[in-house]
Amino acid sequence: MPYTKRPDKRKFDELRPIKAEVGVIPNADGSALFAFGETVAIAAVYGPKPLHPQHMQEPDRGIIRCNYNMLPFSVTERARPGPNRRSKEISMVAGNALASVVDLTRFPGTVIDVEIIILQANASTRCAGINAAAMALAHAGIVMKEMVSSVSIGKIDDKIVMDLIKEEEDHEEGEGATDIPFTMTSRTHQITHLQLDGRIQTHRFKEATEAAKEACKKILKYQERALKGEKIDETK
Amino acid sequence: MTPKTEETEDTEMEIKETKCERKLVIPGETIASGEDYLPGDFTRKEGSEVIANRYGLAEISGRVVKIIPISGVFEPRRGNNVIGRVEDINFSGWMIDIGGPYSSFLPLMECPRFINRNNIAEFANIGDVIHAKILGVKKGGVDLTLKSRGLGPLENGRLIKINPNKVPRVIGKEGSMINLIKDNTKTEITVGQNGFVWVKGELDGEEKAEKAISLIVEESSNSGLTEKIEKFLGGKK
Repeated sequence: MPYTKRPDKRKFDELRPIKAEVGVIPNADGSALFAFGETVAIAAVYGPKPLHPQHMQEPDRGIIRCNYNMLPFSVTERARPGPNRRSKEISMVAGNALASVVDLTRFPGTVIDVEIIILQANASTRCAGINAAAMALAHAGIVMKEMVSSVSIGKIDDKIVMDLIKEEEDHEEGEGATDIPFTMTSRTHQITHLQLDGRIQTHRFKEATEAAKEACKKILKYQERALKGEKIDETK
Repeated sequence: MTPKTEETEDTEMEIKETKCERKLVIPGETIASGEDYLPGDFTRKEGSEVIANRYGLAEISGRVVKIIPISGVFEPRRGNNVIGRVEDINFSGWMIDIGGPYSSFLPLMECPRFINRNNIAEFANIGDVIHAKILGVKKGGVDLTLKSRGLGPLENGRLIKINPNKVPRVIGKEGSMINLIKDNTKTEITVGQNGFVWVKGELDGEEKAEKAISLIVEESSNSGLTEKIEKFLGGKK
């Protein structure tokens, strides 16, 4: 059966209802919540602050220490708490995705801690996490060139779709499912993070990149509105 | 008790505020475009556009566009009056936590009083609160001094931490806000530019002053702040 309809009745280029808010964690220097439908992420930023152990300090710049963590109740089957292979990898790519827009030279030898916590997961958790983290960094008054926005673009059978859910990721008929999380900067639309899980033809990949650009523009609007004090909740 | 320097700085800010309007911007947002504008604090120019480098209130005064931070950690500068807590003691001085990106050190030599070298914990022990001035900011560290009027250990009282960007609001125009709280709660209040506030007085007064300060921080961007605080202090007397 060809893939003509998405399981949640969205259009192929439609995002899930978004929730966005800043200042959700009073003790952090900056914090934010970002949700794509059932995927809910919160992020907290602490610092810049002194970095210990000393051997991790960089003499010419500060560093970003990113930590992605899925809570045990965020998925259907209880996730074992604590870091695992997957979360370590996502922590690294998310940290790199954010570091490329942050001015780290202002405070050499310091660390900016970014904690990303997934409260509820239904695919695209890293994208929601990066979106929340970018908002939290801005909210913490960190000097940044621009914002970053993240979205997952997929190729389900032969259709390019925006913002996948778990059911789509597991699609096996036809050409199967390909999941491509993108992170792009807000002004220049440069890619700061890209992963690819599955197979895709070169010309289709260009289509996917264009779709990511459109989606990131939409997401940036939400991030901007939330940072300007609005509490966005489209899920109701 | 409030240091003079902060008050004069704050007066300048207040005057500017009445002159031009401010707009909340996010990093990467275009604030103004055209050759007429020059980039100021936390902004940059790309082509003819002036772009924000951080989250804050954008202000255009004349040709210069700048951003006034509303969040973020304390950025130590020489001459800042700060309050901190003693973290550690070694043979040559005290390590002091003043918040911000770097740890700070108060050398024994920068203390104006005679101190027995064998027992410097007598002057300030771990956990004690000290009011000091920043002597200099070096790479990876801040040096403090006590060689100025009104500086030294603060005894008893309580320490409140607030957002350092809200310090001018807590002090008010020429110290009007802080004096209002001091008079109404009969407390002694010292505000450090790093966002640490020390309050000393009777228990009731301390609690009321603490609540008033957190109210100022919450409502800092709204108008009629002084009236609100007056009402708050007067209401529960």
